[in-house]
Amino acid sequence: MAQHSTDSHAHGEDHAHGSLKSYIIGFILSIILTIIPLVVVMNHMFQATATILIIMITAVLQFVVQLFFFMHVRDRTGNQPRWNVMALIFGLAIVLVVVSGSVWIMAYNGVGY
Amino acid sequence: MLEKIKDFASDFFVTGDPLIYGADVSIGLAMIAIVVGLTYFKKWGWLWRNYLTTVDHKKIGIMYILASILMLFRGGVDAIMMRTQLAFPNLEFLHPEHYNQVFTTHGVVMILFMAMPFMFGLFNIVVPLQLGARDVAYPFLNALSFWLFFLGAMLFNLSFVIGGSPDAGWLSYPPLSELQFNPGPGQNFYIWGIQISGIGSLATGINFIVTIIKMRAPGMTFMKMPMFTWSVFATCVIIIFAFPILTVTLALLFIDRFAGAHFFTLDGGGNPMMYINLIWMWGHPEVYIVILPAFGIFSEIVSVFSRKKLFGYTSMVFAMLIIAFVSFFTWAHHFFTMGSGADVNAFFALSTMLIAIPTGVKIFNWLFTMYRGRIRFDLPMLWTIGFIPCFIIGGMTGVLLSVAPADFQYHNSYFLIAHFHQVLIGGVVFGYFAGMYYWWPKMFGFKLNETLGRWAFWFWNIGFYVCFMPQYLLGLMGMTRRISTFDWDTGWGPLNVVSTMGAYLMGVAFLFQVLQIAYSIKHREVDTTGDIWDAHTLEWSIPSPAPEYNFAVVPVVDSRDPLWVEKQRRAAGKLPKNPPKPVYAPIHMPKNSSIPIIMSTFFFIAGFGFVFLWTWMAVLGLIGVAGCMIARSFQYDTDYYIPVEEIEKTEASIRGTV
Ligand code: HEM
Ligand SMILES: [Cu+2]
Repeated sequence: MAQHSTDSHAHGEDHAHGSLKSYIIGFILSIILTIIPLVVVMNHMFQATATILIIMITAVLQFVVQLFFFMHVRDRTGNQPRWNVMALIFGLAIVLVVVSGSVWIMAYNGVGY
Repeated sequence: MLEKIKDFASDFFVTGDPLIYGADVSIGLAMIAIVVGLTYFKKWGWLWRNYLTTVDHKKIGIMYILASILMLFRGGVDAIMMRTQLAFPNLEFLHPEHYNQVFTTHGVVMILFMAMPFMFGLFNIVVPLQLGARDVAYPFLNALSFWLFFLGAMLFNLSFVIGGSPDAGWLSYPPLSELQFNPGPGQNFYIWGIQISGIGSLATGINFIVTIIKMRAPGMTFMKMPMFTWSVFATCVIIIFAFPILTVTLALLFIDRFAGAHFFTLDGGGNPMMYINLIWMWGHPEVYIVILPAFGIFSEIVSVFSRKKLFGYTSMVFAMLIIAFVSFFTWAHHFFTMGSGADVNAFFALSTMLIAIPTGVKIFNWLFTMYRGRIRFDLPMLWTIGFIPCFIIGGMTGVLLSVAPADFQYHNSYFLIAHFHQVLIGGVVFGYFAGMYYWWPKMFGFKLNETLGRWAFWFWNIGFYVCFMPQYLLGLMGMTRRISTFDWDTGWGPLNVVSTMGAYLMGVAFLFQVLQIAYSIKHREVDTTGDIWDAHTLEWSIPSPAPEYNFAVVPVVDSRDPLWVEKQRRAAGKLPKNPPKPVYAPIHMPKNSSIPIIMSTFFFIAGFGFVFLWTWMAVLGLIGVAGCMIARSFQYDTDYYIPVEEIEKTEASIRGTV
């Protein structure tokens, strides 16, 4: 445990930020993706299955837009490991467990009796 | 007009129960005493500058622990009331509706407002110091997390005197928690109290992950990190992925109640079982969230007080990460009886049993660490030794519960109650107590009295077994949980008296601890070394209490037990007798901010509005929240540098040298 006098580990490390342009593009995209399902539902434009499908597709696209334009998944400082990507992969695994597990449990619900 | 006000007041305030009137009076008196005291001693400014607006992780940690001890008192009073009601058959101390409220608030307060903040308090105090860092990664966010927790908890506790307490159990299963069966504001208090403090918990999870990834001292690779910090890392991973599930589930419940949706209702296409499925996806990981830091604490203590290195460091790390991962695959063991079929139950029974393996690995590692160590039985070690047998029994009854077919017998009986209290008290509470005793000298610079601490320890332990061992038998005899009374002819009378006596013993134990803290503050056993336990990790290499910047010079680490290795090297004469005078550089520090407490107060106001469905108030509160965010975005003057002369002065005065 020797002594070391630089202050490199304080807060204030360099962060990579997006440009104004990418933020605006992301903002517009996410608004469009919000308006589509709203319009579809409010005007009863399609049947139930189609409506649900549209909501789900726009939701997933929304997720992607958020990740790339606001959450900086592509960012990386120096040779640091890609923490963002790791967290994303783990998160997707958990989402998969949550969704498929629920479907499994709820589908068989009542079978036991 | 007067009639109208009277009407409103009798709805708004909880009336009709002498216990609650008594509580009203004592709460009122306590508040007056605090306000008068602060004004009389002119301490308002001091409180505001040093605590309410602080972003210092050490002070935030102290506030967390103070709040959680208060909540332990409240949850404990609830527990004592329940055990009093159950002491004899056919008692009429608490009415059934009141009993429902008491077990609900007891459960919520103990887990969300006692265990969680105690844990966050220890994170705050210890992690930056163990890492050799000046603060957490996001000090402002850290303060915000604390105030969100605190005001969320206060909102929940307010239900006691205003509007009425929630009474649908600590997880509030629908349909009971739906509007149809629970029209009062109590259930809304539950939802908003937990939502607001939940934002804080999530933010804390993120904060500490980033702190651990980004702010380790130079040379401290992941596999050189202290075990407590590892446990915090694993816990925060679970927090980040589990808490959003809770937030969404409660939001859906609120939409049901507020907007008439049908996610979990019995009709209109809803399904209450979906709620149970979702809430346990958070609920099970939650129990690992609170237990993993306790494991980390025990690991630190066992090695320091056995004067040995931790046995099986690598296997400990992997055990913890495996537990964190598998904890996301076991949730259905809480509703084996829901009837999802044999294959679902078999899967979740197996995954549950699987968790016992890494847990067993950890227990063996602690035992092997103690094996042939020169053990010192100071208070932290005493609690650790109390924990091991208790947790083993609790873990084994857990494995019994995980056998799905057998669980049809144990489910919702006192067997279950005994099991989870055994792991929660014997594991979590004992663990955090051990941590509190261990790090108290680091927090305040003096030690807690040993004798009173031993009394508290024995009362807690004996009280625990007297209270909960009979409950295993009661469960096997058919006593179900959440019943407010029972008849003579059930034959449950004798064991229940014994159990209640145990609860009172634990109550006495708590009083001993309060006394211990008060006594130790008065008769300080001051520690001037900064390393009172002859410990191994970085937090003990600096004075106690740590100066606001923690490390005057950032340490460089080349081993797992940096301080210990340094002491050994020094003893062996491998280090110079008089180390060269350290070279200081100005230290970059975050500035205090009043925004966290103000913003959380607006959250509180919004939450209160949502509870009573006063839209104007909710909107007002949310506007305030937005205003605070905007104000913060335009604040550029958020940090400062401590000049070298000041560091020199501080170091000289606390080290009493040079
Ligand atoms: C100090 C000693 C304690 C005693 C004597 C005690 C006693 C009780 C009693 C009598 C019940 C109600 C059983 C029923 O009617 O169903 C209960 C429920 C519960 N307790 Fe404790 N308790 C203690 C500490 C704790 C702690 C430390 C925790 C958590 C960290 C905890 C968490 C819970 C939970 C989650 C429930 C379930 C509430 C519900 O049914 O919704 N308890 N406890
Ligand atoms: Cu569980």
